[in-house]
Amino acid sequence: MSDFPWLLAMIAVPAVGGAAVAALPKGRDLLVKQVTLAVSALVLVLAVLATVAFDTGGDRFQLTTSVSWIPAFGVDFALGVDGIALVMLLLIGVLVPVVVVASWEDTGPGGRSTKAYFAWLLVLEAMMVGVFAATDVFLFYVFFEAMLVPMYFIIGSFGGPRRQYAAVKFFLYSLLGGLVMLASVIGLYVVSNSQLGEGTFAFDALRQLDIDPGVQKLLFLGFFVAFAIKAPLVPFHTWLPDSGAEAPIGGGVLLVGVLDKVGTFGFIRYCLPLFPDASRTFAPWILGLAVAGILYGALLAMGQSDLKRFVTYTSIAHFGFIALGIFAFTAEGGSGAVLYMVNHGISTGILFLAVGMLISRGGSRSIADYGGVAKKAPVLAGVFLVAGLSSLALPGTNSFVSEFLVLLGSFPTRPVFTIVATAGIVLAALYVLLVVQRTMHGPSRGLVVDKPFPDLRRRELAVVAPLIALILVLGVYPQPLLALIDPAVAATMTDIGSDPGGTPPVHEPVTAEQGAN
Amino acid sequence: MIEAPDLSLSALTPLLFVFGAALVGVLVESFAPRHVRQPTQVALALVGTVGAFGSTLLVAGDDGTVTGAGALAVDGAGHFLQATIAGLGALSILLFAERGLDPAKSAFVASAAVPAGSPRDRELLTDERVQTEVYPLATFAVGGMMLFVAANDLLVMFIALEVLSLPLYLICGLARRRRLLSQEAAVKYFLLGAFASAFFLYGLALVYGATGSIRLSEIRQSVTDDGTGTLLVLGLGLLVVGLMFKASVAPFHTWTPDVYQGAPTPVTAFMAACTKVAAFGAILRLLYVAFGTADWTWRPLVYGIAIVSMVVGAVLGLTQTDVKRMLAYSSIAHAGFLLTGVIGLGGGTGSGLSATLFYLLAYGLTTIGAFAVVTLVRDGDGEATHLSQWAGLARRSPLTAGVMTFLLLALAGIPLTSGFTGKFAVFRAAIEVGAWPLAVVALVTSAVAGFFYLRLVVLMYFSEPAEDGPSVGVPGLPTTIVLAVTVAATLVLGVVPGSVLDLADRAATLVG
Repeated sequence: MSDFPWLLAMIAVPAVGGAAVAALPKGRDLLVKQVTLAVSALVLVLAVLATVAFDTGGDRFQLTTSVSWIPAFGVDFALGVDGIALVMLLLIGVLVPVVVVASWEDTGPGGRSTKAYFAWLLVLEAMMVGVFAATDVFLFYVFFEAMLVPMYFIIGSFGGPRRQYAAVKFFLYSLLGGLVMLASVIGLYVVSNSQLGEGTFAFDALRQLDIDPGVQKLLFLGFFVAFAIKAPLVPFHTWLPDSGAEAPIGGGVLLVGVLDKVGTFGFIRYCLPLFPDASRTFAPWILGLAVAGILYGALLAMGQSDLKRFVTYTSIAHFGFIALGIFAFTAEGGSGAVLYMVNHGISTGILFLAVGMLISRGGSRSIADYGGVAKKAPVLAGVFLVAGLSSLALPGTNSFVSEFLVLLGSFPTRPVFTIVATAGIVLAALYVLLVVQRTMHGPSRGLVVDKPFPDLRRRELAVVAPLIALILVLGVYPQPLLALIDPAVAATMTDIGSDPGGTPPVHEPVTAEQGAN
Repeated sequence: MIEAPDLSLSALTPLLFVFGAALVGVLVESFAPRHVRQPTQVALALVGTVGAFGSTLLVAGDDGTVTGAGALAVDGAGHFLQATIAGLGALSILLFAERGLDPAKSAFVASAAVPAGSPRDRELLTDERVQTEVYPLATFAVGGMMLFVAANDLLVMFIALEVLSLPLYLICGLARRRRLLSQEAAVKYFLLGAFASAFFLYGLALVYGATGSIRLSEIRQSVTDDGTGTLLVLGLGLLVVGLMFKASVAPFHTWTPDVYQGAPTPVTAFMAACTKVAAFGAILRLLYVAFGTADWTWRPLVYGIAIVSMVVGAVLGLTQTDVKRMLAYSSIAHAGFLLTGVIGLGGGTGSGLSATLFYLLAYGLTTIGAFAVVTLVRDGDGEATHLSQWAGLARRSPLTAGVMTFLLLALAGIPLTSGFTGKFAVFRAAIEVGAWPLAVVALVTSAVAGFFYLRLVVLMYFSEPAEDGPSVGVPGLPTTIVLAVTVAATLVLGVVPGSVLDLADRAATLVG
């Protein structure tokens, strides 16, 4: 079974599906949705089967497919996954069908047909799978940039009132980051050309390079800026609240849930193994940004009056935790960070969806317009609470495991940063519960009084049920995912020269100083 | 007794084809009755350009010689560029020949000599009579360009420069609508072009004075043996200015937006694609063959000009409100990107030559396609080129908007389009020779330029259409062919560029 090109199929199926949806005649909106749902469900099945075919004790990269693509540049169309990429593919597989069902009754601005929306959604899925499955840096870059186009159209054509501004800002920020990364990608190629005799983009070959520390720093920064914009770390984050707030709910779920993970995925897949020295040099600075993001995101989340912007700021805080786990250079921290990436996709996904359901009833994004929802729509209020609790990492929910692992893994090597980050947990409780309290509890007021405000319908229950199930299951039994993640993280830690056991790395004194500052 | 110079006729076949077609075109113009001229001229021009394209492909391979008493170089790069020019020229001729879009059945004026705005001019505006001088003129220009990129001798290069320029000056002024703008463009182009030619000529004289030769290979020899003096460097600088003018590289670009805007759009497409290829062909040949061994003489110059051009193109492009002017600034920015490839020549060992060749091909095809789309969007007054008129175009004509978006993404250099492959190739060449700061500037300006391409996409897709907005014309067969070819090529060169990159790699030889 492992001979079947699972990954290629996971790219080809949604790509072809997207083209087929686009080619459907006008006015067949129901058919469009059915085809989209079927295609995305098929991708989920493929993802599950690929996971079954994956051997946790086997090679680092499995399910590989490689075809020579542009021989003049030494580029291969090379796909393969390690455990880290595989769990991200599973996350994509789960989230896309959920998003399709959640968007079932959406209408575009001005009554626009949503055919294009669903077509772009499938194209986006193909690109997202590609970006995580690529093992050739050039191919990764191609997917990384090409992924912008469908998201750009999803935000720009189907988003909120300021969608034009948001779409352009999203595209330009990512394009700028991507282009800076392109310089580093080419730089890597040039280094490989001089060291190996022929230029290559194959990740496995590039990992073996012995790059001069000075060059490493420059190349690292190129990749880092692109990923820090994508992830996003403070101060590269300003595009996310705009894009997240203006994106349609489905697009927003994928934007924050998956697209932004490409940034943190890039840290752990490309920055650490390819540039170990530079990673160690810059780690204190990046950890500083990460911790700043945790606190800054939390404080701004508390101050938001717009529900969707609120969700994006909570995400910025969460990305800080992920970056903390990755740049702590310990196995627990790394595994925690990767697990966090999955859990954040689920919990932010459901939070975004719950917010979307609230907005679809009230028609306003302002927190102040809601109050006492629990009286009229108890189930919606319950879902919102579960989503919020998962987001603040309550024990028993999925996020607790990952957040705990991140902090546990970071403490031995980076105690100061970890202690500061812990404050973020308190703030998280504050910002989530404040919003829950303001909108869900107390006397009904604002739009909740003015509008009918029915409780969740069956379709909406079907949207949130799988995610709630995942929150609870992964909260008590995360082992299957960790079994996939751990070997890949351990391999990465070996690449960077850090002992997988979690002993402190060499630059401890520098860290303490940085932390004190 | 004077010995006739030895001539390799096979090597000259492509040039003979084009010039032959142009000369016959002049005869047809003089003697054929009016009603058969249009089809005959179109056929002739196509035979000339397509024939030149085909024969270039046929003769390519027997490379590495110099013929015509040392005046012409026959080499891989020359053939690649000639084939590119002939192919793009044929596509442009097809755009010239479009009769389905303008109500008067042609983009060109019925009688160029009638003063604009006179009663006679208004009568002729809707007259379906067309003048057909434009075809032989364009064919001559194509011939001049093909000679330009093969010139192994500065004097031949100068003659080719004039042969390609003079017809261009003329056909810029032949627009049927907005004639004053068109004539202004022609005069401006002519005056500044003549000025640039003078620069080139003066540079030629100085180089001759310094080295005693106008033959590129002998200049190289002299540079290697005797070193470089002030006179030579000064001469080189002036030659480069003359060529950069034609390539619309900032700071020698000031004519570009006005001329691109005023000229009939098919002519703009022709200039944007073919002139660019020809000018860069000559730049490559001059810098590589004559001054390749002394690259310190031109590297700092080209390095600086490349940065200026990218920044000027990208930043001023942001402020444009006219599609054609926007594409003009885009062409200036792309000239800067191309110069990063020229920097990538290294001392002749870099991959810059093949990268630049590929970029020229990719850019030429995409830009012709983009201008072809511009000819489609029209209102009662001719083409609707103001940006605001493109608002909501995707609602009116999703296909046109989709094609334009794809071509704009290619110009912006998004992966899976030819623009990305080209950019990757030239930036790689630059980084390989250590010019990574230049590549970083190029990448940042690419992002800036991305903004104005996107702005058009935003207008087409995300804005509400204006009440009295333009309509999208149904293109006739010629324009349809051009759009199909350019879009397909942009896609293919982006998705499976392997074989063309190989071709450019093999063609990357220049002899002197």
